Amino acid sequence: MIAELGLAMLWMAAALAVLQLAAGVLALRPATAQLAGVVRPVAMLQGVLVAFAFAALVWLFLSTDLSVKLVASNSHSAKPFIFKLAGTWGNHEGSMLMWVTIMSLAGGFVALIEKRLKEETLIATLAGQAFVSLGFYAFLLLASNPFERLPEPAPEGLGLNPLLQDVGLAFHPPTLYVGYVGLSIAFSFAIGALITRDVGPAFARAMRPWVLGAWIFLTLGITAGSYWAYYTLGWGGWWFWDPVENASLMPWLAATALLHSCSVLAARNALRTWTVMLGVIAFSMSMVGTFLVRSGILTSVHAFAVDPTRGSFILGLLAIYIGGALLLFALRASTVTEGARFAVLSRESALVFNNVMLCGILGIVLIGTLYPLLTEAMGVKVSVGPPYFNPVSAVFAIPMMLVMAVGPVLRWREDTGGRITWQVAIPALVTAAALLVVELLFAPINLLPALGLAIAPGLAVASVQPLVGRNLRRTPLPIYGMVIGHLGIAVALFGMANEGAFSTERLAAMNPGDSQQVGPFKVTLQDIGPIAGPNWTALEATVSASYAGGTATVLRPQARTFANPPGNRTESALLTRWNGQLYAVLGEEGEDGRWQMRFWWKPFVPMIWYGGMLVALGGLLALLGRVARDVKRLVAIDKIAWRRERQGR
Amino acid sequence: MSTEAAKRPGLAVWLPLGLFAGFLVLVMVGLYWPADREVSSAFIGKPLPAFDLPPAADDRPGLATAQFKEGGKPRLLNIFASWCVPCKVEAPQLAALAQQGVEIDGVAIRDRREDVAGFLAQYGNPFKRIGKDDLSQVQLAIGSSGVPETFVVDSKGIIRYQHIGDIRAEDVPMILRKLAEAE
Repeated sequence: MIAELGLAMLWMAAALAVLQLAAGVLALRPATAQLAGVVRPVAMLQGVLVAFAFAALVWLFLSTDLSVKLVASNSHSAKPFIFKLAGTWGNHEGSMLMWVTIMSLAGGFVALIEKRLKEETLIATLAGQAFVSLGFYAFLLLASNPFERLPEPAPEGLGLNPLLQDVGLAFHPPTLYVGYVGLSIAFSFAIGALITRDVGPAFARAMRPWVLGAWIFLTLGITAGSYWAYYTLGWGGWWFWDPVENASLMPWLAATALLHSCSVLAARNALRTWTVMLGVIAFSMSMVGTFLVRSGILTSVHAFAVDPTRGSFILGLLAIYIGGALLLFALRASTVTEGARFAVLSRESALVFNNVMLCGILGIVLIGTLYPLLTEAMGVKVSVGPPYFNPVSAVFAIPMMLVMAVGPVLRWREDTGGRITWQVAIPALVTAAALLVVELLFAPINLLPALGLAIAPGLAVASVQPLVGRNLRRTPLPIYGMVIGHLGIAVALFGMANEGAFSTERLAAMNPGDSQQVGPFKVTLQDIGPIAGPNWTALEATVSASYAGGTATVLRPQARTFANPPGNRTESALLTRWNGQLYAVLGEEGEDGRWQMRFWWKPFVPMIWYGGMLVALGGLLALLGRVARDVKRLVAIDKIAWRRERQGR
Repeated sequence: MSTEAAKRPGLAVWLPLGLFAGFLVLVMVGLYWPADREVSSAFIGKPLPAFDLPPAADDRPGLATAQFKEGGKPRLLNIFASWCVPCKVEAPQLAALAQQGVEIDGVAIRDRREDVAGFLAQYGNPFKRIGKDDLSQVQLAIGSSGVPETFVVDSKGIIRYQHIGDIRAEDVPMILRKLAEAE
């Protein structure tokens, strides 16, 4: 019953999306303009209906209704509650429903609150949003119905992939989805603005909270995904340039560029076409990413949802939306008038430079990801990895970070070099000093980690400079957001450079009682024994580790065996200190009874993820600042409207 | 400082659409005419990269590329480590091959001399020479991504075959055949 109800709501929501699109398009013609009134309520109702459909699917998973095919093939009655819940979106159909749900809720929310844009542009935006949603409705209802029943209820479910049974991963996909979908709103705004030729500060201000929100979630999603790969896969690395990682990085890069160009458009009415273009590109990258992951066109550790027919469907959607949007852009871009001009030395210029560099990184990541496909079409097999991505992205990232240190202290429109001499000199001196220390004390170090170690402290100093000379209590939240976000980049860079320069690894076959030296740690394997979890059994090693002769701490790395479905997973153990992490992995047992153990000492590695979280926090502060101002404005507008109404009576 | 100057962007605005069309063509080729996905070594038919490794055991010399070019019979090059479990499983097969007169050289990956000595004492020593590769440099240079792996190298130092994973008893005849083909 619940399943049928969910399906019915989904169909109704799809029908409403058709209505939203049709009414929106017709409302843009003068003859049928009165239809405009329909669009907002329909968008809101559509959001509510899909939310109910999604709630129905969650209910089916939580109650483990084994007559539903999706539940039977992805869940198991003995699974812990949290993974039953996560099972809802840990599969293709459920994740697509989640995507549509977030998308429609966001559309409904725009319809509810957006009052700044010209009504015409908003209607076009909502029509665009309905158009995008419709593709996903069609995909769900025609090709991947999550509510399909089995002819006979299954006796027991097949369970969830052991790799996905992890708390971090339970929340990693939804986080990225919110990010992707937020970018779909930005995309719809860009389409709406292109259709009505209304690209200006109002458009940028309306779009900015959505871009910010999406960007915060993407930042968190990438940070969490990186940490998940780090501790679950047991390889000790934190970024592998895997196609799926790249697929999440590319929208982030585009969104970062969009965020900054939005600021220019909102504050200075410049970079109009560029911002619209980025709005299209950011969502395109989300869809390209989804396509690359889901179609299985690139082999990857993440490809749990591979199916060529689904690939074709997403490719079709991609061609229609992105091709359509780019065509619209090509036709309309020449009619969007150029915005305000600015001098070479100005904050706008710094932001343009940052945008170009971000797009450069985006380009090289896209090329690197697609390159194997290109050579494969010519009959040559290659794989592209860190030896390409690291140095080539650094070529763009390093100049970007140097400009990032200066940009925030520049004035809008035009500035003079003399005014900012000190603000440039101080971080430059810090960086030079750090480079000297690194080269004198720690040489030889590879070039990139050495540059990272030098730039990070300079960037950290530079990022707090915009606060110097300000009244800290009256500084607007978005300024704090920028400062903390930039500081987060410096912190993450410091972690990356340290990991690259100073990690030590130790592989050993050990008997209980044996000791090994790993960096500053002395590790002793004390014991190995079996242990049982809710739906797994594991061998657990007890390892004591003492830092530089200090008191010992116990680590318990495990090798877990799952029964439903059968599978193995290493559960690495981490010992975090303020200055780094000890990472321990339990391997297999040899015939002589010795155990394969793997240890890493990674100085300052957690800073990579602390940095990521700081970046997200910066975004959050900026968002709160912007939204607070918008709310104040909305309240004021409502008051005026209410007064007018009273006077009119 | 003018603000609203009109300027025609020209052909540049079509560039994104053109790039996107290129992307579509590329992925359609990849999706509908997928090439063979099996990864075979790109190093087969290529000469061994230049290396000169110090000995990993007291009673065997180290290993250098030059030694493979001295003529004679094709040889096996076995990548192993004392900490590697499948290497232990593989030991009887290597011993059997050595007994049939096959010359086997070893490269010990990320290992220590005392561990290698213990390993050879326990599982036998089929190797003529054993090089010590502490940073996996030689391993990576010849296109090996794990332990154990075994290469058939002919008398001119050309790689003729790469076996990934441990050699099982049923693989021995195939290895012998590959050695014969490399003559």
